[in-house]
Order: sequence, then C-alpha cells, then structure tokens
Amino acid sequence: MSKLSEKTATLLSEGTVKMIIGYEQGTERPRPAFCHTPEDCKLLIFNDQCSSNLAVYLTKKEIIGEDKIGVVGNYYVIKTVIQLNRENQINLENLVLMTVDGDDVITLGNIDEMQQYVDTHEPVPNEKVLAAIEKIDKMSRSERWEYWKSELSKCVRCYACRAACPLCYCNRCVTEVNCPQWIEPWAAPLSNMEWQINRVMHMSGRCVGCGECAAACPLELPIGILTKKMGTDIKNTFGGWKDGSVLSTYNVNDKENFIK
Amino acid sequence: MERLIIKSDQIHTWLAKIIETVPRVLAPVKTGSKAEFREIKDANSVAYDTLTTTSSVKASAFPNTETLFAYEKQGTDTKIYDVAEENFLDTVIWRARPCDAVGFGPLTKIFNWDYKDKLYNERFSRLVVVSFACDKADGCCFCTSVGGGPGNTAGSDIMLTKINDKETLVEVLTDKGQKLIDLCKDCFTKADDSIDKESVLAQVPVRFTREQIHDKLAKAFESPIWKAQSERCLGCGACAFVCPTCACFDIQEDAHGNHGRRVRCWDSCGFTLFTQHTSGHNPRPTQATRWRQRVMHKFSYMPDRLDIYGCTGCGRCSRACPVDMNIAEHLTNIANNE
Repeated sequence: MSKLSEKTATLLSEGTVKMIIGYEQGTERPRPAFCHTPEDCKLLIFNDQCSSNLAVYLTKKEIIGEDKIGVVGNYYVIKTVIQLNRENQINLENLVLMTVDGDDVITLGNIDEMQQYVDTHEPVPNEKVLAAIEKIDKMSRSERWEYWKSELSKCVRCYACRAACPLCYCNRCVTEVNCPQWIEPWAAPLSNMEWQINRVMHMSGRCVGCGECAAACPLELPIGILTKKMGTDIKNTFGGWKDGSVLSTYNVNDKENFIK
Repeated sequence: MERLIIKSDQIHTWLAKIIETVPRVLAPVKTGSKAEFREIKDANSVAYDTLTTTSSVKASAFPNTETLFAYEKQGTDTKIYDVAEENFLDTVIWRARPCDAVGFGPLTKIFNWDYKDKLYNERFSRLVVVSFACDKADGCCFCTSVGGGPGNTAGSDIMLTKINDKETLVEVLTDKGQKLIDLCKDCFTKADDSIDKESVLAQVPVRFTREQIHDKLAKAFESPIWKAQSERCLGCGACAFVCPTCACFDIQEDAHGNHGRRVRCWDSCGFTLFTQHTSGHNPRPTQATRWRQRVMHKFSYMPDRLDIYGCTGCGRCSRACPVDMNIAEHLTNIANNE
C-alpha cells in the first residue's frame, strides 16, 4: 500500500477525519475520489495528471457536512484553500490539508505552511495560454472584439466553467437573478459575452489560476485566457493575488490609470 | 429498403450536389481538437476523422435558444407574432452517427407527449438524416447496451457504411433518403447481396441491458447508490446540453418596454435552480436527488410513460463531464447493485 493510502486510512480509522477527498484513476485520467472507509483509501493516487481543483467541494455543505475532513490536493487546491479562508468560506479547524511530494505525504497544518508551500512550488506557466494571450494582445481593439464574439458565440451556457471553479461558490449566481435581469440567461453571442465578462470580473484578484474553468468547458472555449489575463493585469495594477480581492478593497494609492 | 454502392471518391461529388440543392447542410466540422455540427457550404469542410461531435445534433430540431413568439403592446391590445415560416429550413444532417439519429425518437415523443410542439415538429419534419456507421468506438461508447449499435439504422434516412477504401455501402431507408439519392443517380450502383455490413462495424461490448436497469430502478429510489455516485458531480449542465435526448427547457422573457419575445432555452435537471420553488423549498435539494432524477427519467419514467428509453449510448455526457461521471460505469454498477 502506498504511503498516501496508509496515511489517509489511518486518519479515517483513528477517527481524526470523517472523509478523505483525493484522486482516483478515472476513465482516461484521474478524477476526484471520496473515501469514507480506510478500505476506500486503497484507490487513492497522486501524480501530475491529478489536475481537478478539489477545493471546489469545500464549500458544498451537502458533501462535507459539519465534520472534519481530509483533502489530498495539488498546488492549486492549497492556493484555493488560502483564498477561501481569506474569504471566510471555510473553517480550517475542520480540515486536514495534505499534498504528496514523491512518495511522502505532507500535511500543511496552518495558513503559514500553506503559504510557504505555495510560495516555493509555483508551477511552470502554461506556455500555450501565454502564447494565446500574447497573440490577442497584439490584436487591434476591433479584432479582439471579433475574436471574442466568434469564440463566445459557441458557448451553450452549460455553466461547467462556473461549476468547476472553487471560487464560484455563490448560492445564487448573478446570471440567475431576474429582478433586475443583469445578464440574459439564454445562449446568444452578446449574452454569452456578458456572462463571461461578469464571471471574470468576479474573479479579479481572487482567481488562483488553476485553469479548471477552461478544462471543464466541453466546447474547449479559450476562457482560461480571460482569467489569466485578468490575473496579470491585477498584479501589475494592484499588486497581485496576495492582497486579496481588488473589488472589495480600497487603497488611496491605487493607480487608477485605467480610468480614461 | 434499397442497398447501393458508392465509390469513395464519389461521396464528395454527391455531398457537393446536396449542398448546392438543399438550403442547409449540417456536418461535423473541426473545432480545436474536437468537432461540432455546423452549417457547411463546402464539401471539403467535413471532419471525417472524429468519432463523434462534442454536442449531439439535437439543436437542429430543438435549438439551444429559440423564439416562441414575439409581441407588441398597442394601446390596450397586444399583438402576437408567430415564428415566421422562413425560420424552418429543409436541412440535411451529414455524417450523423447511429446514436445521433436514434435520439430523434425520444425527442419526438417528448415534444408530442401531450401538447404537440409545433416548432419542434416543423423543424424535425424538414430534417433528412444521413448517418455513417461506426467502424471505431471508444471507452465511453455503450450503444449496444441500450438497444442500439454501430450500424443501427433507426432514425436515419440513409446509412453509409465504409466497406473498404474504395467502396461504401448505402442503405436507403426512407422516401426522404431516396430524394437525396436522386440528386446524383450516376454516383450509385446496386449493391451485391454478398456485402456483409456487420463485419466492418466497430465492436461495442454489451455491459448491461436497458430492461435490467429499468427493473433495478423500480426498487432503487431510496438507495444510497445515488449519493455515492454523485459525490463528485459538480452540478453543471454539460451532460444535459450535449445529450441527444435531454429536452428540459426554461422559458424566459426578452422584454424591451412595450415589445419583446418569449424565449425557450435549454435547461438541465442537474442545476440546483431547476426545481427551486419561489417559496424557497426545493424538492430536489441535493445533487444526489438530481442525479437520481437524471437516471430515473431516462431509464424508468420515459419507458413507463412514453414507451421509449431516453439514452442512445453515445457517451457524450461522459466525454463532456469535467469530473468523469462516466454514465456507462454508473449504469453498470446500478445493474449489478444488490
């Protein structure tokens, strides 16, 4: 049995946690797994293909309940836990957060340890996404408009991007509010664009860059570019992710050079 | 039913003739690493190297977003404008898969169960479905477990089966299909009786039967299997939106002062809001109850009420799912559940 399976099985059998969320082998790639008994932990795996951001389950009360749970996640899960804690969405006392390094299971006992892990393990940037952003940056304003209109007109509004995002945890999404109707909820080029712009705006300064929104899109729309670009702009303008949500903070020294 | 042969290089000529004659031709077109049904104007744009499109072909008869009617208030009266005839186009669906074509069966029954849905029926009546039998399958395919198969002709007007690099078998199944053949009569010759279609089809193992699932479901409403299976489900609508038979829709108002239109758009029973009452009560309050509804609807309620199953085994939902809710795997577990 792997150290991962042993460690998690012990946490369950000793009653430290009620459930472990990790990864198991799926049809073609790893998928989220939920272990309720030490026996279930035998299936747990951890490798480079384990890309799901498991933190998405941490705000689902029907899944995690009120009990203490364990999570064996990747870099982005840890980064998301920091952000969810910052936004008062999770109770860290009810969470045992772990990751795997080689064969060893590492437990990140508090925010400082999580932050240190995130600071020292930043993944290599996705070259494809960076190249796509560079290409779009070079377009004229009207070319960009046409590009996004064409791409987003294909969106069917299945909201897989929203569902896969661990920071899209609102009980009622802005697109479902109909008095007033901020965003048209049916699929159409303009309403799709309104939806994606809103989604990205709400992520500004909060997005951890896991790319799960784009990975979840069944139509492979390049929506990960939007959040990535937003993250870069926030970093250059307001100092980046560590300073929290730019939409809910105010600083008199803000450059405000985007107001023209 | 007539069996013909078309030389492989003649298929292109025939399709070009169809595009020239028919107002709208939908075919799989490459979109990134996948393919989707799009209107084509050129026979060269068809993607022939993909197994299935990401989305099914249902939007051809049941669009993602459609106007039901438009209205205008004039003093104390309201004028209603029906959808104009020119919105309904004669359409050929080129290179559908057998699991696409057979999906129109359940869809048509749903839209004619009680109210006869004029918009759906108008669109559906104008479709001619040209299917290509499957010589390959992937791990998500399970058509043979739900009464279909890689060469199943149900729902198709014409079915093409590639026999070898040079020849393709053409099964003309309906009068509508015959009319397409008539566009390019010289392209076809009579097929020899000895041509064996079955030998070139993909092998799709049978994992369970529909009846097995139906019988298990009769006693499974309170089963813990729903929570266990749905734990990883994120509650998005990807599965329903790519499904050839999912027909749930929402009605929305596109109002602009004294005029506007009523819109029908796709919805999904997997969404939290789908059954939310205005009182705040939700009869399906958890993802487990919504997942149960999805399976029950397709394998219990539809066969009981409409005498047809709501799944064609195309596997699209499994391929589209961000967290690998593999429906064939789940159904196999239900079939084997004690």
